[in-house]
Amino acid sequence: MAVVSALVRRPLEQVSGLLRRRFHRTAPAALQVTVRDAINQGMDEELERDEKVFLLGEEVAQYDGAYKVSRGLWKKYGDKRIIDTPISEMGFAGIAVGAAMAGLRPICEFMTFNFSMQAIDQVINSAAKTYYMSAGLQSVPIVFRGPNGASAGVAAQHSQCFAAWYGHCPGLKVVSPWNAEDAKGLIKSAIRDNNPVVMLENELMYGVAFEFPPEAQSKDFLIPIGKAKIERQGTHITVVAHSRPVGHCLEAATVLSKEGIECEVINLRTIRPMDVETIEASVMKTNHLVTVEGGWPQFGVGAEICARIMEGPAFNFLDAPAVRVTGADVPMPYAKILEDNSVPQVKDIIFAIKKTLNI
Amino acid sequence: MRKMLAAAVSRVLPRVAPKPASRMLGAAGTFADNATFDIKPCELYRLEEGPPATAVLTREEGLKYYKTMQMVRRMELKADQLYKQKFIRGFCHLCDGQEACCVGLEAGINPTDHVITSYRAHGLCYTRGVSVRSILTELTGRRGGCVKGKGGSMHMYGKYFYGGNGIVGSQTPIGAGIALACKYKGNSEISLTLYGDGAANQGQVAEAFNMASLWKLPCVFICENNLYGMGTATDRAAASTEYYKRGHFIPGLKVDGMDVLCVREATKFAADHCRSGKGPIVMELQTYRYHGHSMSDPGVSYRTREEVQTMRSKHDPIMLLKDRMLAGKLASADELKDIDADVKKEIEDAAQFATTDQEPPLEEIAHHIYKDNPPFEVRGANPWIKFKSVS
Repeated sequence: MAVVSALVRRPLEQVSGLLRRRFHRTAPAALQVTVRDAINQGMDEELERDEKVFLLGEEVAQYDGAYKVSRGLWKKYGDKRIIDTPISEMGFAGIAVGAAMAGLRPICEFMTFNFSMQAIDQVINSAAKTYYMSAGLQSVPIVFRGPNGASAGVAAQHSQCFAAWYGHCPGLKVVSPWNAEDAKGLIKSAIRDNNPVVMLENELMYGVAFEFPPEAQSKDFLIPIGKAKIERQGTHITVVAHSRPVGHCLEAATVLSKEGIECEVINLRTIRPMDVETIEASVMKTNHLVTVEGGWPQFGVGAEICARIMEGPAFNFLDAPAVRVTGADVPMPYAKILEDNSVPQVKDIIFAIKKTLNI
Repeated sequence: MRKMLAAAVSRVLPRVAPKPASRMLGAAGTFADNATFDIKPCELYRLEEGPPATAVLTREEGLKYYKTMQMVRRMELKADQLYKQKFIRGFCHLCDGQEACCVGLEAGINPTDHVITSYRAHGLCYTRGVSVRSILTELTGRRGGCVKGKGGSMHMYGKYFYGGNGIVGSQTPIGAGIALACKYKGNSEISLTLYGDGAANQGQVAEAFNMASLWKLPCVFICENNLYGMGTATDRAAASTEYYKRGHFIPGLKVDGMDVLCVREATKFAADHCRSGKGPIVMELQTYRYHGHSMSDPGVSYRTREEVQTMRSKHDPIMLLKDRMLAGKLASADELKDIDADVKKEIEDAAQFATTDQEPPLEEIAHHIYKDNPPFEVRGANPWIKFKSVS
């Protein structure tokens, strides 16, 4: 008797629940995913999809990743696919390159890109240039990834941005995600790309959660390498940034909007090959340009954007010189007040925008 | 140096004579099918036993090794000539004198094993299956070159041959990575990773040793010790010149690199070691380059002409093989002369092509930047010069 009533009760509850739901309609909570989890998801999906993909680096396996980006992967895939390396960047980067040359698809993690300097010869001379030198005989389908640029309080040797250094070299692709969607789409594209791709992440962004659109939840969600995204439409000025500063630019745009200034904020997403066309089209609309980056000013990403704008059709549409907002031209200091003034802040972006607009 | 030379001389002469018991008359009647020769036992490090102290050489093998070594020799000498005639530019590192290394290594492995080396790569490029014609044409920078003139002397690639690497020592971790791929795929293939006595002092070599040993990668690390790292003798660069022991926790073999049979047997032994899952092994090939470090180096400021002459006259790898083949009745002097003539003609033909082939078309300048990419524009020397890049 009790059993029968139980059998009956469940569907009744479900029906009444349905009825209840119709009366109390709320939008489903948007899926929030941190940048860390987005990269994790992207790698997990690609590891599952193709058994030639594997991850190596310091602490990526049993420690779950120095910044927990590879959390759970070793447990799922084991020693063969998730490999802890000794502290030997030059060695394991070279090993990763060799593995890629011999037909595997390694993801080589640098704990931060500062340590990639130890291995930079392997990234540039062994990975980037080989397809060209071999006239297409030998490809290197490898991903080098890890946190890049300033963190918080880690001082000069641990805070350098390598976007300009890697972006300089033909044969490499260089991507720089800002939000969770970028992170997932770009890591997946990077892994599927048959070329060496450097993915410059940002440690301060790992823990930041973003709304994850439905398409980003697909296992085949890819963001094309080489295409920038207009995060915010505007008419008065084009503001171009990559990585964490994109968020600062959007904040600046919100503040300025109250004063009637509408900024068009472009998220570069890819450093090389750079999507100059999107920037040009925007500048031709807004007539003003400010670039924002965390790296040093000399020979930086902004310098390249300005040079290209000058050389292209958009120059004639500029009503004012293009201006760069960058990290301060100093090795990163430790003390908070000094560090805060060594990275571009929202107020610096706002100031540069107003100056450019002559306001 | 003198001690090494004296020791080397004393071991060459008795080993030319074959063991009488194993000589068999072949069907032709005049030549033996094979002969057995004593080879210098390898010094062992962390190994209970090493390669055999004798090697069987068949007539067929002998002729093949002889021809191949002559091809490498003549090809390198032709490159020397072409360089002096300014058909070849930039760096040109020749390996004449070291023929027993590339030929012996190839004889000890399968075509589907993997080989990577430094910039002194022409010989290995050939033994790995790239034609002399395409090697010489690459050196002269023409479109018929094995990499279309894009790479040059230091960047030639082939199937299962990963170059040709310009940065000293950089190929060592790469070779370990190739071994990792072999182990990952579970295909019993191995990686031969060559480096020189100079490169042995690179930090990344130690890093590669550590990881290869830790992960038991099927990698044969081969130090081609030709006694000089550019202009610096080994004892001026290395606190320990026992390169076969420099793998520390990795077993090692010291091999007579002027004897193709010694190299072959040692390679087989090393390959077996790796294929059986024991992890990496180090082989030191004691060899000698007749040329200087590169064509820019006459090679006499840091070594005596007498030393070079002595090595040529008493330790030449081709001469050693020839003497053995004659002593073992595996071939006649005339037959070998015929091979010499064939080789000479083949090299001349290749050189003729290499010096007359067209340079690559200018459009080639931007191709092969990326693989599997839709075509895109590449900037030239000024913003108005645009090239199209195709994968």
